[in-house]
Amino acid sequence: MQTNCAIELKNIRKTFGSVVANDEINLQINKGEILCLLGENGSGKTTLMNMLSGIYQPDSGEIYKEGSLVSIRSPRDAYALGIGMIHQHYHLVDVFTAAQNIILGMDDQKLDLSAVNDKVKEICDRYGFHVDPKKKVYDMSVSQKQTIEIVKVLYRGAEILILDEPTAVLTPQETDKLFAVLRNMKKDNKAIVLITHKLAEVLAVSDKVAILRKGKYIGIVETKDATAQSLTDMMVGRAVKLNINRPVYDNPHDKLVVNGLTVVDNEGVSRLDNVSFTAKAGEILGVAGIAGSGQRELLESITGLYPIKSGSIKFVNEDGSTNELVGKTPMQIRQAGVGMGFVPEDRLGMGLVGSMGMTSNMMLRSWRNGRSIFFNKKSPEALANKVWKNLEVVTPSTDFPVRRMSGGNIQKVLVGREIASRPPVLLTAYAVRGLDINTSYAIYNLLTDQKMSGSAVMYVGEELDVLLELCDRILVLCGGKVSGIVDARKTTKEEIGLLMTTVGGHEGGEQ
Amino acid sequence: MSFLNSVVLLFAAAGAYGTALMFGTIGEILTEKSGNLNLGVEGIMYMGGIFGLIAPNMYEMAVGDSASPFVAIILAILASFAVGAIAGALFSFITVTLRANQNVTGLAMTTFGTGVAKFAGELRRMQVGGYVTLSNKMKFAFDKHFMPDFLKKIPVIGKILFDQSEFFYLAIIAAVLLHLFLTKTKTGLYLRSVGESPVTADAAGINITKYKYLATMIGGGISAIGGMVYTMTTAGCVWIEASLAGTGWLAVALVIFCTWRPINGTWSSVLFGALMIMYLRIIIKGFPIELYKILPYVVTIVVLVITSMKNIKDKQPPASLGLNYFREDR
Repeated sequence: MQTNCAIELKNIRKTFGSVVANDEINLQINKGEILCLLGENGSGKTTLMNMLSGIYQPDSGEIYKEGSLVSIRSPRDAYALGIGMIHQHYHLVDVFTAAQNIILGMDDQKLDLSAVNDKVKEICDRYGFHVDPKKKVYDMSVSQKQTIEIVKVLYRGAEILILDEPTAVLTPQETDKLFAVLRNMKKDNKAIVLITHKLAEVLAVSDKVAILRKGKYIGIVETKDATAQSLTDMMVGRAVKLNINRPVYDNPHDKLVVNGLTVVDNEGVSRLDNVSFTAKAGEILGVAGIAGSGQRELLESITGLYPIKSGSIKFVNEDGSTNELVGKTPMQIRQAGVGMGFVPEDRLGMGLVGSMGMTSNMMLRSWRNGRSIFFNKKSPEALANKVWKNLEVVTPSTDFPVRRMSGGNIQKVLVGREIASRPPVLLTAYAVRGLDINTSYAIYNLLTDQKMSGSAVMYVGEELDVLLELCDRILVLCGGKVSGIVDARKTTKEEIGLLMTTVGGHEGGEQ
Repeated sequence: MSFLNSVVLLFAAAGAYGTALMFGTIGEILTEKSGNLNLGVEGIMYMGGIFGLIAPNMYEMAVGDSASPFVAIILAILASFAVGAIAGALFSFITVTLRANQNVTGLAMTTFGTGVAKFAGELRRMQVGGYVTLSNKMKFAFDKHFMPDFLKKIPVIGKILFDQSEFFYLAIIAAVLLHLFLTKTKTGLYLRSVGESPVTADAAGINITKYKYLATMIGGGISAIGGMVYTMTTAGCVWIEASLAGTGWLAVALVIFCTWRPINGTWSSVLFGALMIMYLRIIIKGFPIELYKILPYVVTIVVLVITSMKNIKDKQPPASLGLNYFREDR
């Protein structure tokens, strides 16, 4: 046994009811090393790590720390062993200050906040980040919150850090900063486990990659020997083509004509400023931009959820006549015969009811059908079964609460429902966020099918590579303005990147 | 001057009812800070009201004339606190351990508590063969305005602040202690984290179950003392089962009104007490009594609307109030 082994997992097994989340997993985590844990959604990565952080107990198997057998019954035990986990959803108390959050649960410590501040500063200086201990969490950005989480774990003297999809909500710059911090920690001989989906990041930052598939341990490789293709193959168990099929629809025509759209939020800040574009039937229109550039407001304006200050949104009917959507509620838009599918960013908040099953969620779209006071369960049931089968949703039954499915499966249910009615306009926001490659491709194919059946698809996305391969045209937003609309087949990542940061794409654009 | 006078008299009188409210409110604040929304305060205060009377009543009947008022007061406090703590433990067992819905449990607790109190009161009445009450000596001790006369004679504030029973000051001390506990101690910080974000607290190694049980039990005990104070002061040591009705609900409303701050709970309890008895003291011709009586609730709604409109982060209820926590359910 090497001396630099921090944690060793032996034959770990964990089941939830009849679902096997982890099946006889063996894994070794070394000091001074960044290990990426890679796997599709629901492959058991987070479950495995939660057993290290004391959230779950393994059904069987052993955990060794530096060679001696340990049992981790609670998060407290995990801290005592120097294991700290930064969860995907931050564990912070909003109304507390950074310092209060950091000392939470530390019994050996007096409530002496100035001493805490000093130690926090020392940790920040050592690894190169910045924290204001007196700032309340509700005033912080996502990246600042993450920093607090990391400091919290380090403050407790963690030697083994587990980060669950830390970059999912960060901007590229923030991600770079985080990786710099992680590299500093690695130099400090800490063991780091990174759970992520983004292959580019895996290749950029890790030393080793361990791969899980459907709860089983597949293998571990040195990052320097791996490529995106080899990792993908191991992850999904078969060779997957990494390029997206992009057929051309022969007769694209205008479907949604947006002109001079301007919206302001509650605080009077302009969110969309004179936005004009046309979405065409038989085309995927990508929407790119730095997070918060008005993507959400744009989709919500079109669906009638966001108050519009000025401008027009015209829906072009089959016969060429147009319907004005501005000023209509979602209900009125539907009554006007405008078919729209909407896959919102917040799946369980806006898209589905978490505690209901697939069937009931399907019904949310069709509850107005029929005249009887009793609902008709047959057609939603049939639709649920269709989605279940066609999209390979993993769930015990169509009545199983969607909240308890994995992220990818939830997304499949939502997308499946939205495309079921073959809407002429399909709006999607971050449709593949948090999904693994295989599921992502399934979603891409569904969107392309929609396009080829003559829908106008709008795809708000974050990964430029995907936008470039999937879309026909890309609308780039910058600070609520249209920075440019480019042909996805001809443009480059660099061009879009520039458009995202400066309106019009040249330095100091016409702001 | 006469108007000012009647306002002063109103608030001086409001102190008595306000004291009962203060205990009810402070107890419920402590409970809610742990994330437990115990809507059973009404029932808990009812039980405190009767058991806080039965204990000294039994003591006095057993010992006779030599009974010490001090011991009687201690017994009243202990008995009411104990019954409130038991109710709090029951609430925690049902919601924390068995993970039942808090609203339903709280409402059931109200029905249960008022029922138990009425039953116990009736039983005791039959045992003693008449009103359950104490001797005049005891009554005087429970409602003794012990502050020296020169303080009571200070204009305006003298009557309001110093012409009050010992429980008034006990309640203020309890409020200050709770305030210090919540803002200055580590245990208080941990308790708040449990009420705000149990996931966070759990991940930090804080024993959620322990904090919820203890806060709810102690909170229930303090609320129950409020019921006892009402019976022993405002109601003159006599059990009249209908007279407590609504006090617990008012305490729940007060917790919202004072935005979960115990110090605010003191003056706002007196204010609500004043609003409750205003119809007796300040009479406006043609203004119906029924409208007077809903004033506290109207004020609560107005405050609720204002705080939610302004959306001040520090004045919101504990973020996980009313939600149960189970570690593996995520």
